[in-house]
Amino acid sequence: MGAARKWLVIAVPYLWLLVFFLVPFFIVFKISFSTTALSIPPYTPVFEFTEGVAGLVDKARQLTLDNYLWLTQDPLYLRSYLSSVWIAFVSTLLTLLIGYPLAYGMARASRSLRPLLVMLVILPFWTSFLIRVYAWIGILRREGLLNQLLTWLGVIDAPLTIINTNTAVYIGIVYSYLPFMVLPLYAALERMDESLIEAAQDLGCTRLQAFWKITFPLSLPGVVAGSMLVFIPAVGEFVIPDLLGGSETLMIGKTLWVEFFSNRDWPVASAVASILLLILVVPIVLFQHQQSRQSEDGR
Amino acid sequence: MKSLGNIRRSFSPWSDPDARPMIAIRNVTKRFGEFTAVDDLSVDIHAREFFALLGASGCGKSTLLRMLAGFEAPNSGTIVLDGVDLAGIPPHRRPLNMMFQSYALFPHMSVADNVAFGLKQEKMAKGAIAERVGQMLKLVKLDRFAGRKPHQLSGGQRQRVALARALAKQPKVLLLDEPLGALDKKLREETQFELTDLQYDLGLTFVVVTHDQEEAMTMADRIAVMDAGRICQVATPAEVYEAPNSKFVADFIGSINLFDGEVASSQANRTVIAGPDGSVVAEDPIERSPGTSLCFAVRPEKIAVSHEPPAEGTNGIAGEVWDLAYLGDMTIFHVKLASGTVIKASMVNAARSSREVFTYHDRVWLSFSPDAGVVLER
Repeated sequence: MGAARKWLVIAVPYLWLLVFFLVPFFIVFKISFSTTALSIPPYTPVFEFTEGVAGLVDKARQLTLDNYLWLTQDPLYLRSYLSSVWIAFVSTLLTLLIGYPLAYGMARASRSLRPLLVMLVILPFWTSFLIRVYAWIGILRREGLLNQLLTWLGVIDAPLTIINTNTAVYIGIVYSYLPFMVLPLYAALERMDESLIEAAQDLGCTRLQAFWKITFPLSLPGVVAGSMLVFIPAVGEFVIPDLLGGSETLMIGKTLWVEFFSNRDWPVASAVASILLLILVVPIVLFQHQQSRQSEDGR
Repeated sequence: MKSLGNIRRSFSPWSDPDARPMIAIRNVTKRFGEFTAVDDLSVDIHAREFFALLGASGCGKSTLLRMLAGFEAPNSGTIVLDGVDLAGIPPHRRPLNMMFQSYALFPHMSVADNVAFGLKQEKMAKGAIAERVGQMLKLVKLDRFAGRKPHQLSGGQRQRVALARALAKQPKVLLLDEPLGALDKKLREETQFELTDLQYDLGLTFVVVTHDQEEAMTMADRIAVMDAGRICQVATPAEVYEAPNSKFVADFIGSINLFDGEVASSQANRTVIAGPDGSVVAEDPIERSPGTSLCFAVRPEKIAVSHEPPAEGTNGIAGEVWDLAYLGDMTIFHVKLASGTVIKASMVNAARSSREVFTYHDRVWLSFSPDAGVVLER
């Protein structure tokens, strides 16, 4: 009875992952080896279980690597991948630079103020992500709030072109993902024992030295967690480059969307998605490794 | 005056009026908002002394220690260390080190790196650092654990690492905040003696903060009993125990019986205090004016219990045995007097069989000599 219940507890999440993640992924993975066709669905072959084993084997022979070869032939795809990783990397760095002082300030705030500050960080989630990105269009466009403010302050004479550039994409990503950076950093900094800093000072460190030798190394798990939580979704981001980016903004999420909906090339779109997952496996494994090491340390 | 306690002290710089103190704390006050943590406190601590600040939580002992370390600045008053006024000197430039209550070991560094931390900060040569770290770890018997991380150590081992780290820089003064607070009882008793041996061998000045009176009594050369930001009494353990200067100190250290009453007569070192349970004759160097409310404070082990009234010249108070506890090495008596006051007496069971046998509700006499206690104001 006890063993069966324990098994059930483990089985439920795995079953969930199997049904809602692994099975769809294998469907996509299979489509990536198909060929486009003017049909519904728009590719061949389509496996049907009524055909028996011989029919399935016959159809499996029709699967091809052409789509993956195609990804290597058109430089657009490689450039999209590289550009996505670069934009995600720079955005993650910017988010870290803004998020770290923010989280540090929150962790050093008085105990009674901290829940309020955490609430403020989470507050944007109360509004739809899409609406918030649309709001940035209103802020960043030529006649938008930002240009109006800067003109009124006399900082600029002519309005700045921010919307539909990579700058707007960076702003959008940093804004949208900042909470995912701040919260793990805050968690790492908040539980840190203040007496560690005092001990470092007692042993001859200035406050700044104590920060770099004690506080920062001890907050590294938070830095890694926050960076991964920003980097991983940012690589595949579609909405922000689509709404805020311009024609020169090249991100794999956008390329994927174009292949899927504009070109109706499901097999190539699936190949793009599969390679994207492969790219993201590296940081995900890194993240998992960090998390498990942290729980081993019992900190 | 007869000596108090049975330990003769050869080390007593505090009784030398010409001795220059290692730490001179003068009229130091520290306020946190409305709350006064340390109130106009002055005390001298001498070189090579093991000095204990003893008090309940919130008495200001930790704040005083943190002011010595430089983590808090006094609102007024001065702290002079070895002739140098510490005002305005940040913690990292003070020639004293602290052992924290939580040990505050750096979790991302090995034991050796923790001990080496302060030395690296001093820009000491690599070879010299390795040598000193080796010495320190040997001193605290942790040389085999140099490569371990703090979370791989037991509580007692962590305490030793914290001690080694604080000693590594060879500070003039070592501050210890509840150094044994996180250890279990058995380990605490062992470590008490190790700490005193270490302090004696290294010839260092230790200032320890503790709420545990037994710990303070065992380790310290002198104890400062603190209450509400002030020092009530600074004296050797024997003086604090045998001659407390107030009811607070008497009550805080060990247990005490108070015979309340008014002065009936006071002359020639003898004060007679008349109370509801009879008169008590007390040895008292001060001449008191008749009618003053006083009490005679006597420790339980100074009171003898017997069925017969005591001989002339010894105080005798009648009562009834209310409670008895045989502890093996001694027997504890709770004797209720006519006024309802319950007096605690303890008698050492020096012999295996006793001439006198007591039981509940026996009518007994409590006897104690006039010099068995001290006269305190009420």
